[in-house]
Amino acid sequence: MAVLEVRNLSVDYVADDGTPLHAVADVGFSVEQGRSLGIVGESGCGKTTVMMALLRLLPEEGRIVSGQVLFDGQDVLQYSESQMRQVRWRGISMVFQGAMNALNPVRTVESQIVEALQIHDVVEQRRAARERAGELLQLVGIPPQRGRQYPHQYSGGMRQRAVIAMALACNPRVLIADEPTTALDVMIQAQILELLERLQAELELSLIMVTHDLGMVAETCDDVLVMYGGMVAEKASSDVIFNTPQHPYTRRLLEAFPDVEEPDSDLASIPGNPPRLDDLPAGCRFEPRCECPERGAICAQTAPPLVELEPGHWAACHSVRRVG
Amino acid sequence: MEMRSTPILQVDNLHKYFPIPRHVGDVLARRPRRSVRAVDGVSFTVQRGEILALVGESGSGKTTVGMNVLGLQQPTEGHILFDGYDVTEWSRGHGASLEAADRFLVPLSRRRRVMTLRERAQMIFQDPYESLNPRQTIFDIVAEPLDIHRLTPSRTERRERVRTALETCGLAPADHFWDRFPAELSGGQRQRVVIAGALVLEPELLVADEPVSMLDVSIRAEILNLLRALRRERGITILYTTHDLATAGFFTDRMAVMYLGRIVELGPTVEVLSQPRHPYTRALISVVPVPNPRRRRQRVILEGEIPNPIDIPPGCRFHPRCPEAIPACREMDPRLHPVAPGHDVACLRV
Repeated sequence: MAVLEVRNLSVDYVADDGTPLHAVADVGFSVEQGRSLGIVGESGCGKTTVMMALLRLLPEEGRIVSGQVLFDGQDVLQYSESQMRQVRWRGISMVFQGAMNALNPVRTVESQIVEALQIHDVVEQRRAARERAGELLQLVGIPPQRGRQYPHQYSGGMRQRAVIAMALACNPRVLIADEPTTALDVMIQAQILELLERLQAELELSLIMVTHDLGMVAETCDDVLVMYGGMVAEKASSDVIFNTPQHPYTRRLLEAFPDVEEPDSDLASIPGNPPRLDDLPAGCRFEPRCECPERGAICAQTAPPLVELEPGHWAACHSVRRVG
Repeated sequence: MEMRSTPILQVDNLHKYFPIPRHVGDVLARRPRRSVRAVDGVSFTVQRGEILALVGESGSGKTTVGMNVLGLQQPTEGHILFDGYDVTEWSRGHGASLEAADRFLVPLSRRRRVMTLRERAQMIFQDPYESLNPRQTIFDIVAEPLDIHRLTPSRTERRERVRTALETCGLAPADHFWDRFPAELSGGQRQRVVIAGALVLEPELLVADEPVSMLDVSIRAEILNLLRALRRERGITILYTTHDLATAGFFTDRMAVMYLGRIVELGPTVEVLSQPRHPYTRALISVVPVPNPRRRRQRVILEGEIPNPIDIPPGCRFHPRCPEAIPACREMDPRLHPVAPGHDVACLRV
């Protein structure tokens, strides 16, 4: 059974004048125990909004319109706020984008981990909490004695490790990492990816990686969800997404990504911009930028349904057909 | 590619040290002066119309090289010749010591000389969200370099030059964009404005410092294609500094890999990527994510991080992290030496 399953999730942001903007529409996916899912798409496609919605951490103007978020089969959207607090961090934990730069500069790293442990009632006693903090640091490859240092004494890579340690404080079953390696150097990126892979295997974590870096997803994720304009464009196993993608957007995204093993190949950008939330196309949200030769009048009129092309491979495009 | 006898840029034994302020205690205890050796002996040549990648992690000194090339910093040691003129002498204030410089530029003040260099060599910064003044219109942003360099004889010509720069960068028709403010543009369009601001002076050399790292993948290709077109259509020379080997591989002719203030490998891009000789280059290439799970590779992950450039390891500066180091590497500082035509490597074992 899936540890986490999101069904038909729709999220609106309410503008100042009261008009709802449909940021996320009808998004669904599931993650099995110990598996990893990559969520990719351009900035503004709703990746982070989906994650914030499933943790019920949306900003005030955000509103979950419909859908279910099943954690262990229970819909957490029905939970009270105090029940939800038991799910956050203990069940589903998140490494927020840019969190490594949000550590408190005037407190030691260890005391910040201890705080997380105490807030979530994992350990009562301060001494036990400090021991646990040391273990967590060790787990992410930081010598425990460096816990007594301040964030500014850490390099970027170490701060990211510390933030991951914090996210693991309550033994979560699902770890969401939002752009965990953006702004880090290539070698440090590789170290963090390897750390996440190791943790995933050792702790049997289910990992959700939110990123715009297709290469990272290809390296670490079992399954991929491609989002565009707040909707699911395509979802399948990594192998299918990277080798036999069906949605025109997925194909364009792959063509735009440079491959160090094929330096001579051409890069094709995707002209135009993702749709604005206050001006969403009536039909397929990718239609204004789509250059697929098979597109027709229907693309501009009706939004394509998400259909299963073959077992486990879904795409939302009028010009794709079911196999067989 | 247009070739002339004088390379557009020659960097010769460039050193850039930043002294660390000493506390009273350090002075009393007679501790020696220390400095951050950001660039520690770098030499390379760029031909007209060439695109050279300076690749390295943060702390490798690649950005410092770019700053020195543009005269934004004064080298501690070494020379930078731009089209044969020693620009380091200008920025140091020694006056023009080289003959070529004498002939042309003696009547100009030092400030004026640096300005002349700036007209011919421009920089593109990394973050188009921070490098544009939010209160200026696109027109004013692009026209500002013309005003600074007092190059605007008439209003009509000023308009035309701004128009050309914007349209060259794909912001056409220019009238449609120039009354707008940066906040009204997308990330890719903003970076095009940054490039237009550099191009309005019609420079011969562009130093592009991580111009796409802040942009979405879908837009990266469009900016890189634009830079490539500028070289093709205008013969502009580009020094592209980046930590991203994949984008560097896509559009540069040659690649210099930097580690801790030195070039460790320099050669034709395709050759460096397909047959890397230095262990550091090999490790860097191995960790670049490849967009296909069928081609997952064995990563060579180096432990730790680039050491502090205050305490540079003795011998080969890469030896503490090198997976292939031998005892001699601890003592001998390898020089950059040719291993194939136009392909140099600084490693004892190669």
